[in-house]
Amino acid sequence: MITVKVQREDFDIGAELAALSDGDTQVGGVASFTGLVRDMAGPHDGDAQSSMTLEHYPGMTEKQLAAIAEEAARRWPLSRLLIIHRYGKLLPGDRIVLVASASAHREAALQSCAFLIDWLKTKAPFWKLEDDGKAQNWVEAKESDDKATERWS
Amino acid sequence: MKLLYFAWIRAKIGVGEEQVALPPNIANVGDLLDWLASRGDNYAGALKERKVVKVAVNQEYVGTDHPVKSGDEVALFPPVTGG
Repeated sequence: MITVKVQREDFDIGAELAALSDGDTQVGGVASFTGLVRDMAGPHDGDAQSSMTLEHYPGMTEKQLAAIAEEAARRWPLSRLLIIHRYGKLLPGDRIVLVASASAHREAALQSCAFLIDWLKTKAPFWKLEDDGKAQNWVEAKESDDKATERWS
Repeated sequence: MKLLYFAWIRAKIGVGEEQVALPPNIANVGDLLDWLASRGDNYAGALKERKVVKVAVNQEYVGTDHPVKSGDEVALFPPVTGG
């Protein structure tokens, strides 16, 4: 069972992870990754307030996330899969993304979780606009993210 | 055709979405990008580095030889940076 949510609102990690095994006693483990906004203002920037704004492509985003989750479900024996990704303006410490998978065994859960976040980073149509309190800057895609995705091909 | 632009490509072009009437000689994505780039400095600037312009037709990633037609939804955007 795959759940994909693209939302402006925050989410409750504890409740979301608990839901991945609720009512299913065949689940032996739940693995997760949570992505957070780092503070981009330097230590000497005084009152500068940094933020990050996430833009996305409504419609295609949901399709891509579902396709990524379906690919994980093909590769590993998983009971449930969850992807939550936020958009809009976020502040340092805010949660951006949660990916989680539940399986009978830890290896499938841990590996599929790493796969989900690696694939999501290079395929899901989201873009980050950083604001360090002084200037705005579109985050550039990293070659290391492409390499992280390639290791799963 | 419905055109959508995202992130800095949207910012450089100056609009996020527009409807265009496709000239008859546009057969694929490459033709479309060439034609768009000829529509003004803002388009030319946004599409200058072709290898960082990602294209989706009807919400699926495609290459420059993918065919396009008037009813399509075509999105242009830079490499994605979510997660």
